[in-house]
Order: sequence, then C-alpha cells, then structure tokens
Amino acid sequence: MELFDNLALGFGVAFTFQNLIYAFIGCLLGTLIGVLPGIGPVATIAMLLPATYALPPVAALIMLAGIYYGAQYGGSTTAILVNLPGESSSVVTVIDGYQMARRGRAGPALAAAGLGSFFAGCVGTLILAAFAAPLTEVAFKFGPAEYFSLMILGLIGAVVLASGSLLKAVAMIVLGLLMGLVGTDVNSGVARFSFDIPELTDGIGFIVIAMGVFGYGEIIQNLSQKEEDREVFTGKVQGLMPTAQDFKHMIPAVLRGTTIGSLLGILPGGGALLAAFAAYTIEKKTKLKPGEVPFGQGNIRGVAAPESANNAGSQTSFIPLLTLGIPPNAVMALMVGAMTIHNIQPGPQVMTSNPELFWGLIASMWIGNLMLVILNLPLIGMWIKLLTVPYRWLFPAIVLFCAIGVYSTNNNTFDIWMVAGFGVIGYMFIKLGVEPAPLLLGFILGPMMEENLRRAMLLSRGDWSVFVTRPLSASLLAAAAVLLIIVLLPAVKSKREEAFVEE
Amino acid sequence: MLIKSQKDFFSGLMFTVVGASFAYGATSYSIGSGGRMGPGYFPLLLGIILAILGAAVMFKALVVETPAGDKIGKWAWKPLVFIIAANLLFGILLGGLPSMGLPPMGLIAAIFGITIVASLAGDDFRLKEVLVLSVVLSIGSYLAFVVLLKLQFPVWPTFIAG
Repeated sequence: MELFDNLALGFGVAFTFQNLIYAFIGCLLGTLIGVLPGIGPVATIAMLLPATYALPPVAALIMLAGIYYGAQYGGSTTAILVNLPGESSSVVTVIDGYQMARRGRAGPALAAAGLGSFFAGCVGTLILAAFAAPLTEVAFKFGPAEYFSLMILGLIGAVVLASGSLLKAVAMIVLGLLMGLVGTDVNSGVARFSFDIPELTDGIGFIVIAMGVFGYGEIIQNLSQKEEDREVFTGKVQGLMPTAQDFKHMIPAVLRGTTIGSLLGILPGGGALLAAFAAYTIEKKTKLKPGEVPFGQGNIRGVAAPESANNAGSQTSFIPLLTLGIPPNAVMALMVGAMTIHNIQPGPQVMTSNPELFWGLIASMWIGNLMLVILNLPLIGMWIKLLTVPYRWLFPAIVLFCAIGVYSTNNNTFDIWMVAGFGVIGYMFIKLGVEPAPLLLGFILGPMMEENLRRAMLLSRGDWSVFVTRPLSASLLAAAAVLLIIVLLPAVKSKREEAFVEE
Repeated sequence: MLIKSQKDFFSGLMFTVVGASFAYGATSYSIGSGGRMGPGYFPLLLGIILAILGAAVMFKALVVETPAGDKIGKWAWKPLVFIIAANLLFGILLGGLPSMGLPPMGLIAAIFGITIVASLAGDDFRLKEVLVLSVVLSIGSYLAFVVLLKLQFPVWPTFIAG
C-alpha cells in the first residue's frame, strides 16, 4: 500500500527530535491561546510567522498547524469551566459544558471533550492522508480557467457558510481581492496603488492586515465592553473519568460529530466553527434516550459532538490547502503565507516536490493530537490556574507581541505605522458589523485569481466563454451558483439566520 | 428618507467609496483588452463590482426594516486611542524618527513604552503592576526573541550601545 509507505515516511520526519519539539510547542501555544479568551489562532499564527523564518519549513508548518488544532482543545476547557468560549469554535460547548460543571461534573465534561477531540483528530488525519493523493491527481488536470472557477467556488462557499449578511461578506471579499493587488504587478512591473511609497511596492503584508484587524481590532472591542467580572473557577476538578452511562451516550455523539466535522472541514469556508455549530444542531434534533439530561442542562452529548466536530473540521480543512493550494478559511490563508515565506508554492505539486513536508505535516498532526490529550486531561490544573490571570495583564502583552511580530517581519518600522492604520480599520469593521475573515481570504487569493484570469483569457484570446465551455470549470462555477441559489431560497435563508443566532 | 440600518448604510458607503477610488486609480494604468489584460484591467473590474455591491448594501439599508435602527453605537475612543498610540510609540522608540531627529531608543525602552500606554486603555490602571509587567515582558521578550530566536533588534539606545 502506497499510503502506508507515505505515512511511514511522514512518521519518520515527524518523529525526529526537532520536529517533535516544534509540534509540542505548537500544541502548547495552541492550548494556551485556546484557553485564554480574547485571542484566537489567526492573531497568534500571524504573530509567530516571523519567528519561523529561521526554522526549516517542515518544523515551521508543524508548529503553526499545532496552534490551530491545539486551540480547539484549549477552547473547550474555558467553555466548560468559565462559561466563556475560549475559542470561537467552542461557542456551543458552553451551553451544556458549563451546566455539567455546575453540577459538579466538570471532569467528565472535560474528558468527553478531550477524548472526543482525540478520536476526531485521528479520523481527520486519516481522511487527510487518504484523500490527499486522489485529489491531487484531479488538481493536475486543472488549467488556469479551472483554477479561477475553483477560487470563485471557494470564495462563494466561504461566505455562504459564514454568518452574517451575505452581501456584505461578498463585498468584503472583493475589498480583500483589491487590497491583494496593491504592489508591483508581476506581468508589467507597474507599481499599482503604491502612492510612490517604496515599502508599498512589495504589497501590503498579510501579517500587517491579520494583526491589525484581528489582533488590535478585537482588543479594542474587548476593552470597550464593560469589564464583567469574569467568573473564576475555584472548585477542584475531580474524577475525570466519565461513567459507563456517559460513554454510552457519548460514543454515538462523537461518531456523528466526527463525520459532520470531517465533511464540513473539506468544504470551502468550512472549518472548526461551522462544524461545531452543525454538530450541536444535529445532536439537539436526535431523540433523548430515557433517563438522559435534556440539552441545555448538561447533556454530555452536547459537549462531545461539537468538540469532536471542531477538531475533525480543523484537520480536514488542510485538504483543500494541501491539495489545491486554496485556503478554505482565514487560518489556512495564513498557512499559505507561511508556505510562501519558505518558498513553497501551495498546490498539488507540494506532495511530489516536498513529500517529506507533506507527509511529515500529516503525521505530526496525529502525534500532536496525542500530545494534546495528555496536555489537556492530566495537566488540566495548569490551565485552570491560567484562567485566573486578569485581562488587564494580558492585553498589553498581546499588543506588545503583535508589535514585535509586525516589526520583525521586515525589520522595518513602516509596518508598525501600517498596522496602526489597520487596527483602526479593524475596529471600524466591528462597529459596522462586517466580518473581517472573508477579507483575509480575498487578500490571499487576489493575486492568484488575477494571474489565472489573465492566463485563461490569454489562452482563449479574450473569449469569456472559456469558463463555461470547459467542463471542469463549468461544473465548478455551476456548484458556486447552486450554493448561492440555495442560500437565497427564502426557506433556507431564514434557517441559516436562525442557525447563527447565538443561544 | 430614513436610514433603516445605520451599520449597513455606512458599511455600504465605505464599500462604494473604496471601490470607486480603486476603479478611478486603476484608470491611470493601462487597461488592455480581455485577451491581453493590462495592469489596470482586474482592479478596474473589481473596483466597479465593489462600488455596485456597496450601493446595493446602502439601498437595502434604506429599505429593509431592522429592529432599533441597527445603530453603530458609541465609539470606544479611549481604548482605540491608547492602543494605537501605544503601537506608534513602540515604533518610534524602537526605530527612532530620523525626520524629527529622534534616535532609536531600542527594544527595552519600546517595551516599557508600549506596555504603559496600552495599559492606560483599560478601566483599571495600577502603575506598580504595570511596571512589574513591563519588567517581566522585557526580560521574556529579550530571552525569547533576541537570545533564542536571534531576531535582529536594536536592544539598547544607539547612543549607549553605539
């Protein structure tokens, strides 16, 4: 079996001392920011990107990936113990998780989240390994027209599945695409929209945007809300082991959550958050067994399913990135940036040209999941301590790390002035109720889209029909159209809005 | 005509203005034709699309009723000003401002500056705590970024380190 050879290669890479250390650092940091409310994986990965310059590419990607899926584990701890989502994807875990903790069953809730996540992580990694090769084959058949259509599908998918106003999300994508075009045009050498500022001819750094909009924008927003006394968890977590009865309820929920999460992770625009939402909704729809606690009052299924789903989703969202080079969500957009920094062009060729990187990353995810179970269950006490750190100590540190991260990308203070501007813009976005994630996706895809559009049109001698006459491209565009139509159907529209209303 | 959703109206306005400016800017580059696109083609196209989308958002904001007018609400000036000011101060202290004749003061001074000013953004400022935090962050950043990761920073003021 080729798959096993490949996995053996991957484990060979992942099990080197150096890569194990970086996987561990990634998981540790991921758990840390997952536990801490108010800082997410996007800002953290952006902050750490410059620090990975000096590392070999495999180690860098292993660490950054660890942050993403590690955050899914850590987020549940805060959700269960403090009634706050530590991570946006743990929003639904709060509902039943906190109720379990109040009834003195914090231990089993944490165990359900941890074990469910571990199982889902393993499955997600296997799916990633199994599907990567055949999908890559398909990707090699893609010409520029297909790539362009695929990006359209990806971007449409991203907004359809995201929350909030569809129209505004599409506008944010276009805005992102435009911002991605700032800088020197590769074909003609013309510096576009650079206002004769030399730093701008290289384009706007995506770290600057990510940091300003996601880092500073959110800190300002957090500070503007009245400081509610954060509930501090004082009790001790005792008896991590769920009972046999718990297991009986948990196992089918974990299986369902994993399936949904894996599927939604692959979709463009999917990922951890959406997976968790969908899984919880489905659990609520399934019938309660006799003697089971209702949802909203501490049902263990309400913890196990969304936590499995968000972890499965975070693993499988690597599939579109690694096979097609198309990032399905904002975190993956940053991974594109990380790969480009290390001179790796994301796309189907990664698997053949850098097999040790490709399979090493996949294998490291499995190891990372194992580390995370250990980090999050037996060592839970450490994270509980962390939750007592007040926000007034945290945010100056976050501001500082953002500033250091921005400066060290280019060792240039110009980036610091830019990030200040984007911080203001980010806060403005929050005030205007527009979601910034589609902007980042558009920003990453902007130059790629223009390049593929130009090539496709050059090959077709200016004939726009090339996008619908080539069957693969036409079906991708059709899929995008279907997605849009489905969402605009009145019945689905109201359901969609309902689904994103926070409970 | 009343604005039914303030948030939507102003975000639509923002999209339209930005889209129109990009489109206008794009006309100064060569546009080319579909088969041979110049550097202005794609931005012009996107700028027009963005302006239209913005107009649609604005139109919806004037027509569709929303509960309570979807007000933008108060701007949180205090955190906004202090966080951004802290960031700018960090840049000035770290790299100096040659145009104003300010010499670089280095990383440690910059860390104290950013921590103190950023802390002013919070509701509850305790000078002693902030100073302790600055010291901890200085030592931590020095070890993590300069010693361990070997990133290039001017650590001390140039007139001391030379």
